[in-house]
Amino acid sequence: MNIFARIGRAVMTVLAHIGALALFTGKALAGIVSPPIYFRLILIQMMRIGYYSLPVVGLTAFFMGGVLALQIYLGGNRFGAEAIVPQVVVLGITRELGPVIAGLMIAGRVAAAIAAEIGTMKVTEQIDALTTLATNPIKYLVAPRIVAAVVSMPILTLIGDSIGVMGGYVVSVYSLDFNGSAYLKNTWDFAHNDDITSGLIKAAVFGFIVALMGCYNGFNSKGGAQGVGNATTYAVVSSSILILAADYVLTALLFHK
Amino acid sequence: MTTPKIQLIGVKKRFGSKVVLDGVDLTVEPRSSLVIIGGSGTGKSVTIKSILGIIRPDEGTILVDGEDITHINGAARDRVMKKFGMLFQGGALFDSLPVWENVAFGLIQGRGMARAKARDIAIEKLAKVGLTQDVAFLSPSELSGGMQKRVGLARAIAADPEIIFFDEPTTGLDPIMADIINDLIVSTVKDVGATALSITHDMTSARKISDKIAMLYGGKIIWQGPTSGIDHSGNPYVDQFIHGKAEGPIKMAVKA
Repeated sequence: MNIFARIGRAVMTVLAHIGALALFTGKALAGIVSPPIYFRLILIQMMRIGYYSLPVVGLTAFFMGGVLALQIYLGGNRFGAEAIVPQVVVLGITRELGPVIAGLMIAGRVAAAIAAEIGTMKVTEQIDALTTLATNPIKYLVAPRIVAAVVSMPILTLIGDSIGVMGGYVVSVYSLDFNGSAYLKNTWDFAHNDDITSGLIKAAVFGFIVALMGCYNGFNSKGGAQGVGNATTYAVVSSSILILAADYVLTALLFHK
Repeated sequence: MTTPKIQLIGVKKRFGSKVVLDGVDLTVEPRSSLVIIGGSGTGKSVTIKSILGIIRPDEGTILVDGEDITHINGAARDRVMKKFGMLFQGGALFDSLPVWENVAFGLIQGRGMARAKARDIAIEKLAKVGLTQDVAFLSPSELSGGMQKRVGLARAIAADPEIIFFDEPTTGLDPIMADIINDLIVSTVKDVGATALSITHDMTSARKISDKIAMLYGGKIIWQGPTSGIDHSGNPYVDQFIHGKAEGPIKMAVKA
């Protein structure tokens, strides 16, 4: 095939996907703000997206805080700055690792589950059935998941932040011989509100990305089991990439002084 | 002359370069039962989905009760959707909800009925299709194929629709269960006083549930007439189809 035709086709495909995603996002946002609002479904989704993700987010945050303390201690040791561990741990967790780790965990757990569920509904005509029962599938399926993810993620991240700091504390005090009360005081004095709120804003955006990519890929799955499998993969991969890309953009915006 | 319940005028639809509907003209009279027959992949499902608004046709007009519904959206679309009930080929039951909530779904979500009242109606509709109250609290995945079809039928008639669509209602069922479902379709449609539009390639079912039959081939309606006239259509395509012969004017695409 002609090289220009090939490049052209690839560019067109990418543009078509961006256009379709933009349209889908617009419909989803319209579905969130216009009645009917399904409060019951939002609560159910908050349980599934937020509450059931607590163990995985808590565990990863704990180990992340621990390994962060260890690395900073070993690195700081090279120029006699190992005392800085509590400050860097709390900054790294609240600003970056808390929201990003929670986001990536949710991308694996929730984006996959949403894409698989909605994809199966799509290929078994359940989404068409919703339409025939005078129910808008975007409002019924997409809006509650996005609202639930956007609300749940900051709460999850706040809990993850606390557990992450605790992970750093446990490693520092029990393995690196830090004084426990001095560690906590240094953490408390150093962290600003801005550090924490910037992380929570990121978390809300990551929640939006995860729910949106799960729903979008689920709605666009084709064929049978293989199509649903592909949708699940795309949902996890695309939301993970978008989370890291959005993280950079948000950091640049939030800390641009 | 009465206004037709459903009227399709020159409906065309293509997917990519594949023309599926190439100018379909079809009229369904009020309280009649029309069955569209045709081979796999001839656009029977696309025809129904176009009327339901799940697929938007590229050209042509679709009228319901004389109202042009081809391009309506939002609240206007919701109002028209409330006239419709649909039995899907695979049942398309919501597996996250118990049976009764599947049947009551249109009443609760579409019409805002209280859950307790909707549940009573759901149980009453389930009784109409021969299912007892204890089935109402099972999950759809616990039911056999025939029972799922019955629940799908109960869901389709739950809100007393004016028009009911049946997508291959007997596909995948054993002959006895297929006949039971056919009887249920005839009795429920009569009971509700609805207009029925079905698609099938099961001729036994088509003969039993229809007043009129239309045959779709090559994206067009090539023959239509009363069910009693199907054996004397004088149309070689229809003859080949209803007798299920490999030899004849219809060439099946073996390779897609």
